[in-house]
Amino acid sequence: MNKRIGVFICHCGLNIAGTVDVDALREAVGKIRNVVYVKNYIFLCSQPGQEMVSDAVKEHKLDGFIVANCSPTLHEKTFRTIAIKLGMNPYLVEVANIREQSSWPHSKQPDYATKKALKIIKGTIKKLERNIELYTQRVGLTKRALVIGGGIAGIQAALDIADGGYEVLLLDRKQSIGGHMAQISETFPTLDCPQCIMTPKMTEVAQHPNIKLYTYSEVEEISGFIGNFTVKLRQKARYVDWDKCTGCGECIAKCPSKPLSEFNRNLCKGTAIYRDFEQAVPSYPVINKEACLYFQKGVCRVCEKVCPAAAINYEDKDIIKEEKIGAIIIATGYDLMPIQALGEYGAGKYKDVVDGMQFERLLASTGPYAGNVKRPSDQKVPESVVFIQCAGSRDPETHYPYCSKICCMYTAKQALLYKHNVHHGKAYIFYIDIRSNGKGYEEFVQRVQEEEGVVYIRGKVSKVFKRGDKLVVWGADTLTGQTVEIETDLVVLASAMIPSTGSLNLASKTRLATDKFGWFSEAHPKLRPVESVTGGYFLAGTAQAPRDIPETVAQASGAASKVLALFSNEYIESDPVIAQVDPEICNRCGYCESVCAYGAVKLNPKTRIAEVNEVLCEGCGACAATCPSGAISHRNNSRKQIFDMISVATENYDQITTKFDK
Amino acid sequence: MKIEIKNEEVRSEIIQRIEEISGENIYKCYQCGKCSAGCPSADEMDLLPNQVIRNLQIGKVDAVLNSRSIWVCATCYMCWIRCPRGVNLTSLFEACRLMTLRQNLDQVGLKEAIKESEEMDIPQIAIISLLRKLTS
Repeated sequence: MNKRIGVFICHCGLNIAGTVDVDALREAVGKIRNVVYVKNYIFLCSQPGQEMVSDAVKEHKLDGFIVANCSPTLHEKTFRTIAIKLGMNPYLVEVANIREQSSWPHSKQPDYATKKALKIIKGTIKKLERNIELYTQRVGLTKRALVIGGGIAGIQAALDIADGGYEVLLLDRKQSIGGHMAQISETFPTLDCPQCIMTPKMTEVAQHPNIKLYTYSEVEEISGFIGNFTVKLRQKARYVDWDKCTGCGECIAKCPSKPLSEFNRNLCKGTAIYRDFEQAVPSYPVINKEACLYFQKGVCRVCEKVCPAAAINYEDKDIIKEEKIGAIIIATGYDLMPIQALGEYGAGKYKDVVDGMQFERLLASTGPYAGNVKRPSDQKVPESVVFIQCAGSRDPETHYPYCSKICCMYTAKQALLYKHNVHHGKAYIFYIDIRSNGKGYEEFVQRVQEEEGVVYIRGKVSKVFKRGDKLVVWGADTLTGQTVEIETDLVVLASAMIPSTGSLNLASKTRLATDKFGWFSEAHPKLRPVESVTGGYFLAGTAQAPRDIPETVAQASGAASKVLALFSNEYIESDPVIAQVDPEICNRCGYCESVCAYGAVKLNPKTRIAEVNEVLCEGCGACAATCPSGAISHRNNSRKQIFDMISVATENYDQITTKFDK
Repeated sequence: MKIEIKNEEVRSEIIQRIEEISGENIYKCYQCGKCSAGCPSADEMDLLPNQVIRNLQIGKVDAVLNSRSIWVCATCYMCWIRCPRGVNLTSLFEACRLMTLRQNLDQVGLKEAIKESEEMDIPQIAIISLLRKLTS
């Protein structure tokens, strides 16, 4: 029980003092039992403010203190560090949040705000009186990272960690790493092709001694906690022995089965035994069982006959591998929404209404028409192309409310590349706003408008339909206030970005939080953008939200630096403000286990008594609130403390006269 | 032509009344123009549907109430169905019409309308609709 409590009231400039009568507050707090010292200060978080607190603790022999200021997420650490320096247990320092919880929300009722601030401080004093000294726990860690997703985000993160001297497993569910960036024709605003700028990085991954590639593999199961994960990976049956395969491609050349090519976004045919693209890393192929004649009809085995290395193995099975991991980077990327949902644009009905990624493949030199733009329906060179932006994005009513961020730029780029490809062709872009806020982006859009002769029309398209072999586009030009009709050969929809297929499944396996669209949630939108809410998981690239390549790469390096910082420790210190179980009271019901979002509370398989994994527990308190027998409590948030605080909160307000009272 | 945006006109009482009757927030509209692009009556309108709502956003309610557009609207709901922001423009148009109708003035003569319709061979249902729209 703390008997010598100090209270420091911060004015926060006028943030608090502008609303709360801080002098009346100080006087009232001074009268509370066990409070031996009260002091007001304009900015407690300033250097002199901190020194003032430090001096007062020594001078008045305080055995615990309260800072009444802003949210504990901001300065709790500041003042607990002061306590550590003074030799006081940091858990005897509490924050009474009188800014976010009083002065800000009640700025128009200063009298009420003052009284509420007093209650908040009084309640916190009650809590502090029963606080006990807590100590962090130390556990070791495995200095080995898993990067899930081998697009440009995963590649960059893996390379940075590997260069830092730690082992990395790079996982991709496709045959090759490369992700969507490998599918793109050229990148804005510099017009580099991914073959030029991305394949060197892919090769570096393949050659790096610290990187272990797991392609054509998926996460089966993840258990454990920060620094100490156990991950089961399913390496899907490849039907090709990659130890024997030389990557010569003879099998691919001779394969008679021709399913649609996923890499080319179903615009042309591939083969049943395939690698994603020519520069695939690794370059060894796999067999698509669903398309393979041998697997489906029992005849063929051509690949086996032509393989000079005898690498084909029709008996191959999925392999589950278990790996010990210390940190995990989620780099699962994005997909484009299925355009079939955009019925008014004839998507899915007309072959010549394509999405942005299909048009990338039409432009790409490795694409279905070797970089000569042709219509998918009849391979005619399109005399004109209409681009429709915000197809499904910025559309809260029927599709997605958010801006997909990259479409303004890639549409401008695609229109430019089309004009370079078909010199006499006309390109029209329907837009609502042009968002070109990146280095060199606005200049690029200006170039597309001024020099490339692409016509921008400010308005949205309402309908696309067929007339003869042409597509008719009905739109509006809101700048002249007229409705417009354009007859064209090809329509490209800049369809909304959505989280990649399978990311929800991964979210449930990792218990990571996502927003309602499935984008992985960061720990703080501004200050902790590459960390997830759960310790040990980091986020890179479009797994988190739509973003372009430069941002993705920067974020991937950021996530990698977080992993490297973690790995520079010999052990992990865990926050002791977590749940604890009284085994004498636990009635083995298991409710705690079912409510725990982090998998931290488990019933002991033998005794069936609840046990808390102290590293995994994030201290949310859900189990303590659920426990029907009262066996689980939250350290320094015991039932007694909570009831004490409730008593204070439900007292009458009229115990203080402020300058606002008449 | 320069127009003056006036404090007393923006979000004026009458505009708030239009919003209240229609149940729509006119500031939801971000002026993409998809309503106008698909409107089957747009050719007959002096203000395009997106311009109607734009005028309301900047307080120019008279321009809207004096326009042909709100009367030309066929209430087919195409604008609402395709609106990415879910603005029920049809209801908004109806509310604008009510602003005039609630003055309880007959905008057409009953006799002349019926006579004219007989000459032009207009279906009865159209007459009823006309009378509902234009008489009190």
